[in-house]
Amino acid sequence: MSAVNMQTANVFSFHGGIHPPENKAQSLQLPLGRPSLPSELILPLGQHIGQSSRPLVKVGDKVLKGETIAINNGFLSSFLHAPTSGTIAAIEERLIAHPSGLSDLCIILIPDGNETWTKLEPLSNWQDISKTDVLAYLSEMGIIGMGGAGFPTQVKLQGAHKNPLTHFIVNAAECEPYITADDMLIREKTLELVLGIEILQHLVEADNVVIGIEDNKPTAIAALKSLLTKRNSKIQLAVVPTKYPSGGEKQLIQLLTGKEVPSGQYPADIGILCQNVGTCVAVHDAITLGKPLISRFTTLTGDALKNPQNVEVLLGTPVAHLLDYADSEQKKLSRLIMGGPMMGYTLDSAAVPIVKTSNCILAASKKELPPPAPEQACIRCGMCEQACPASLLPQQLLWFSKSQEFEKAEHHNLFDCIECGACSYVCPSSIPLVQYYRHSKSSIREAREANVKSDLAKQRFEARKARQDAEAAEKEAKRLARQKATSSKATDAKKAAPAKAAPTATAAPASNDESKKLKVDIAIGKSKLKKLQKQLLEAQENEHVEEINSLQLQVTDQEKAIASLEEQLAQVPSAAPVAPVENTAKASPAPVSDELKKAKVDVALIGVKLKKLQKQLSETPDDQELKDKISAFETDLKAAQDTVSKLSENTQPSANTAAAEPKAVISDELKKLKIDAAIAKAAVKKVEKALKKAEEIQAPEIESIRQQLQEAQQRADELEKALANPETTAPKVAAAKAEPTAANLDADAAKKRKIDLAIAKAGVKKAEKNIQLLKEQGKDEAEINASEWPSKLKEAQDKLAALEKEQAAETTKSPATTEASAPSTPVATENVDADAAKKRKIDLAIAKAGIKKAEKNIQLLKEQGKDESEIEASEWPKKLIEAQQKLAALEAEESTSATSVSTPVEKTAAADSEAKVEPEMDLTTQIKKEKIAVALAKAQINKLNKRLENSPEDADSINQEIAATEQRLQSAETLLEKLIHSQTNMQENR
Amino acid sequence: MFTVLLAIAILVLLSLIFGAILGYANVRFHVEGDPIVDQIDALLPQTQCGQCGHPGCRPYAEAIANGEAINHCPPGGQATIQALADLLDVEAVPLDGDHGAESAKRVAVIREDECIGCTKCIQACPVDAILGAAKQMHTVIADECTGCDLCVEPCPVDCIDMVEVGVTAKTWSWDKPQGIAATSLNIIATDRQAEVAH
Repeated sequence: MSAVNMQTANVFSFHGGIHPPENKAQSLQLPLGRPSLPSELILPLGQHIGQSSRPLVKVGDKVLKGETIAINNGFLSSFLHAPTSGTIAAIEERLIAHPSGLSDLCIILIPDGNETWTKLEPLSNWQDISKTDVLAYLSEMGIIGMGGAGFPTQVKLQGAHKNPLTHFIVNAAECEPYITADDMLIREKTLELVLGIEILQHLVEADNVVIGIEDNKPTAIAALKSLLTKRNSKIQLAVVPTKYPSGGEKQLIQLLTGKEVPSGQYPADIGILCQNVGTCVAVHDAITLGKPLISRFTTLTGDALKNPQNVEVLLGTPVAHLLDYADSEQKKLSRLIMGGPMMGYTLDSAAVPIVKTSNCILAASKKELPPPAPEQACIRCGMCEQACPASLLPQQLLWFSKSQEFEKAEHHNLFDCIECGACSYVCPSSIPLVQYYRHSKSSIREAREANVKSDLAKQRFEARKARQDAEAAEKEAKRLARQKATSSKATDAKKAAPAKAAPTATAAPASNDESKKLKVDIAIGKSKLKKLQKQLLEAQENEHVEEINSLQLQVTDQEKAIASLEEQLAQVPSAAPVAPVENTAKASPAPVSDELKKAKVDVALIGVKLKKLQKQLSETPDDQELKDKISAFETDLKAAQDTVSKLSENTQPSANTAAAEPKAVISDELKKLKIDAAIAKAAVKKVEKALKKAEEIQAPEIESIRQQLQEAQQRADELEKALANPETTAPKVAAAKAEPTAANLDADAAKKRKIDLAIAKAGVKKAEKNIQLLKEQGKDEAEINASEWPSKLKEAQDKLAALEKEQAAETTKSPATTEASAPSTPVATENVDADAAKKRKIDLAIAKAGIKKAEKNIQLLKEQGKDESEIEASEWPKKLIEAQQKLAALEAEESTSATSVSTPVEKTAAADSEAKVEPEMDLTTQIKKEKIAVALAKAQINKLNKRLENSPEDADSINQEIAATEQRLQSAETLLEKLIHSQTNMQENR
Repeated sequence: MFTVLLAIAILVLLSLIFGAILGYANVRFHVEGDPIVDQIDALLPQTQCGQCGHPGCRPYAEAIANGEAINHCPPGGQATIQALADLLDVEAVPLDGDHGAESAKRVAVIREDECIGCTKCIQACPVDAILGAAKQMHTVIADECTGCDLCVEPCPVDCIDMVEVGVTAKTWSWDKPQGIAATSLNIIATDRQAEVAH
């Protein structure tokens, strides 16, 4: 029956198509070849459509043939297996077979030559288990469509389950010229192919199974026919006339069923599944033999090969190896093409590997594939429309693509184009139509992706805004509630006061009530004051001078009123013995802080004004009036800041007398100071910006702005000093208070210092940037030196160094304090030690960043084409060496500190036999640290060696450094050994 | 005379009827908000970078609807200007250099060992693409980052780099052919010359 069926299988036709020279005979003259193992296999992680696989192996792992080396990463992804046994040499970026000529992540496998198979587990019971399990198994075997797109097979089969299938089509058409890989596969593996088709038919249960094959493969057709007849199979064989591109999925479907796949849909949607013959064989191998997809049939052809042939090649084999195998003649080779001549792409390098979808390597001579003729204007001949197998209008699409009218191109079904190249082939003007379409398609895809991303960004932005609004509303509601509560309390108090005062008439409650009343009055006065201040602010923003004056008068009046009320309040409790003393203690700092607040508000206001004026100045640099105004405001700002500092000084003693929570007060103080410092720094920044602008426009008042800058910087410095002072006092107070808090305070101070350091570093960076900018602007060294930036840079660097020294001193101090407190609180010591170590590490990181920067700058200079002597003359190499020295010093410090810390620990360990656990933990952390130090030193040696390779001219200095680092490494290692020794000793003692 | 009057009367009656219908439709099918703003907003790149001088893309869309120039958006570049020009039927002008130059797509990357955990960048990020907490190391969610640069300025230790997003094999796209009188090798290999050769 089958024989009859085969003959009568209906064949329809599709629109268009071309008949290029077939060129298939060349590669069929030799039998199937099996190339030797290459020296390395390159296995890209993205051989399929969809997400790249995730590697399961590490560099250095030994793998067996067929072992899984990468796992799927999401739905549209696939597994990858080792094509042979060997060692994973690297997982790195390598050139891949892609039209872009870009690199991608690949697993590099060095074969050991043994070809040892891993244990194969065939799925012998595939007929009994559920189809989902079989599909999962196919996925784990790494099977993807081997026709071209590399669509994971199990996904395609799953999709086919959605609708009942009328047709399961096996694609053996292989219509593209030159390629004979499928032809050879059918000849060599006829049985496997038929068995594979039967497995797939079991999985999809289609009504008809048809093999579609072009009539230019008589040997393959005969082999299939005889086998199908022998097996009395239901599989039909449909021989289609040779026409390009009958092997396209949609075209073959049309040929065999007469149905057209609707635009934007898949064959599965009309009940048809199409699989390549290679995929069918791979399915058979996976299920009955347990072999994953690790090799494929590939055609090696072209005039530049002496022995064109088909080969069964391991995935990952470099193309160069195959070219050698087929005896390529380098002289003749003009273009190397992956895939066929119609849909393939030119390879820039023969180092790319064969992947699961590589069906042909075409090594063409110049005579065979001459470079395409130059593009000419479209003459509207309409031949492309005649040739288009997808019944599109290639001309229209060309116009739209050329003029970037992508929307119109989409309307003309651009995405139904299968990029077969028939239109380009027939075009008398040699227009590369397909490349236009490809460009348009990728542009549209990009735009879609950008749209998705911008929608997401918009969504997130709006969500954030909504959240912020909600937070603000909540705060406002809370504030209102509080206000209501206070006002209702006040009225309650007012009502209650006379009632209470009358019956009892004792002194104490009366005074209490009085104080309450006063407080309420104060609260009301303050709210009034706030309102007034708001109005004042608005007025200042709008620059209504008269209003400002009157409002300011009102504000001062209100302030006076509040002050007098507060005085009264202070007197009331002194008269009343019942009134709690804490009240005064709590109340007294309040007015001061209020005043402080006011003063700060003033500062901020003046700052805002100043900003505005400076902006104006930068726009109109010659305005004398503005300058005067600015200077006036600056004096105002200074005065305001003075009051702020005075007030904050006042708060400090009062806080000290109160002495309830000195730590908190000090930290408040520090915060204020920091805010001041930040404001001052911001001012410095602003002035610097102004200076830059002025320099750019060559304004004459640069000098005055510079002076301003210096003043501002001085102010910032002073503030920072002030900031440093309380830090020194802080530990004292803390020491007087309680020991456990000492560690915390130390940590706080250290943090502050860290932040200072970071800020100073940023300053250095900025100065350097500015110098860089000047250099870029083409100013020569002398000019740059004349500008204040280098000096500023030096200053900043000095400051940075000073800060670092300070920190270093502090770190040396901290072990001392820890030693003192060690016997009582071993746990605290550990913490402090850890903090010190952290600080040191941060220093190290900073120093390293410095080195990096210096190196970068040198690199930059080199790139700018400056020769060695110029670079030598610049300060960067010096700075680099300095930074390196600093780094070395810091590292040495770290190791010494480690030892110094370790000795007291050992001592305490000896003395304190009861608390064994903590010292031991200390030891282990110590060992860890030491290990890190060793690792660091090693890394540095590595780096230095690399540098030595890169710049042999500095060999001497680098060698010295290497020697120094090696010494450090040795010392660290001996220390580590000692530590480990002592630890083992301790364990033995126990 | 009568016919003339009759015609006028009929026309007046018709106009009244249609006027009533239009008036009703205006009330019944009233559209809240300004749809043109939404359309403009949809064309803007939504980086929320503020380079146009407005706090976000939507405010700029509103400003454009009120007559501001369409060339103040550097992240959108010339493509966005063209799209806006098409939508608003105005002339496409070159990008205004005062607001910045069009640059390749970038994302922010925090050098994590230098981060001091100040949360300033988190507050600055308009799309909540920075993850972290006070005194904890922060990091940028690269997929969510719009490359707006807003986090770079507030960083006190300058540990944020703007890194260009490179082209990978997955994101690569085909070049547009050079046009008339140019040849390109990276295209369909076969052409008619090959046929002649055999």
